[in-house]
Amino acid sequence: MTVESLEQIKGRAEVAVPGARIEIVPNPGPANQPSLLIDSEHASAVAKFLRDDPTLRLDFCSNATGVDWLDRTVKKTVKVKKVVDGVEKDVDEPTEEKVPGYLEAVYHLYSMTHKHGPVIIRMRTADRADGARLPSLTPIYRSAEFQEREIFDLYGVRFDGHPDLRRILMWDEFQDYPMRKDYREPDDYEYEPTPHDDVLERAKQHYTPRPQLDGAENITVQRQ
Amino acid sequence: MSGQIDEGLRSELQRQGIWVTSMQDLYNWGRRSSIWPLQFGLACCAIEMIATAASRYDLARFGGEIFRPSPRQADLMIVAGTVTKKMAPQIVRLYNQMPDPKYVISMGACAISGGPFKQGYNVLKGIDRYIPVDVYIPGCPPRPEALLHAFMELQRKIDGQKLTGDNRAEHLNAAQPSEFPVPSFGEHDLEPPANPNVFEPPKIERT
Repeated sequence: MTVESLEQIKGRAEVAVPGARIEIVPNPGPANQPSLLIDSEHASAVAKFLRDDPTLRLDFCSNATGVDWLDRTVKKTVKVKKVVDGVEKDVDEPTEEKVPGYLEAVYHLYSMTHKHGPVIIRMRTADRADGARLPSLTPIYRSAEFQEREIFDLYGVRFDGHPDLRRILMWDEFQDYPMRKDYREPDDYEYEPTPHDDVLERAKQHYTPRPQLDGAENITVQRQ
Repeated sequence: MSGQIDEGLRSELQRQGIWVTSMQDLYNWGRRSSIWPLQFGLACCAIEMIATAASRYDLARFGGEIFRPSPRQADLMIVAGTVTKKMAPQIVRLYNQMPDPKYVISMGACAISGGPFKQGYNVLKGIDRYIPVDVYIPGCPPRPEALLHAFMELQRKIDGQKLTGDNRAEHLNAAQPSEFPVPSFGEHDLEPPANPNVFEPPKIERT
């Protein structure tokens, strides 16, 4: 990690880029790598600050990737004050919050000058359809060019300001975004030698129907 | 024809210094002793193919060391590695550009069926969906010995090919196709996803 904590970086970036809304996304997993969620309008300016700031000098974008988040409901228990039997009490009440789906682009930044990193920044699109647009960081990190093309190819995030936004792995005529969670690949499951789970379900649709039974299979040998 | 001369008599004559053969044997011997593979690799299987051609395993012992960088000079296509859907039309195009007689070795799990990437979105489930394959070798990747074995199997196949008659070799039969349609890039998959004249999925019998 860097000399500064993520909170310090967030504070200084918000001062350097007025109006920037930065949020620290915690990572409760074993990796424990929290990241900075940056709003789309100020992402370029914040990235420029992270690159050019003399103490940070995060001059190397080693990795950019996409994440697909579907619509989901988050169950929470909220303490609500309620009058129970004439007495006011704190009651845990389960609530459900609907979070609409969005796409994310995640960048891992390192510093070649100071030999520190990674600082992870991420941006979120408005939704998973027409609003799947983000500002490109290629003008700031040249190494993001192909990786943003890959995110565009596999997740369908359109990067504004990218110099050459084309598909990179799939062919140009391809219409789908195969790394999205709701992607359905074409049905070529006609021969699966060892099917299991989802593959078995899809392979079964190609099986020949069970032969019509004529009742003969129930006849057994009569023993005297 | 070799079938018309007694094998015992032939070996006896050979011992006396008289070598009797047939046009077919001579023709097949010449072809099988100098199979020129097409020089291209697709994935990690290509490394094993390179090892097969190099000094330790030495494909030259079988007359297959001349890897040609042009399909017009090649007899054998070793499909060594994962065939992505983006690459598949180019493979078929290369095959079409090879002159007859031509043969295909499908090397490794990916080229046979898609292998570990079979359920992926971008890998072809076997090159035999578009072009006819002569020898399949399983493995991930197959060892050089396995590729040599496939090569010897191919030589055995060439040795048994007839020059005349109804069951003559495919390249001598004008009715047999030598080029196959190149699939095009579709909106969701290659079109068509398989050539029905070449590929038929094995029937799964239910009991």
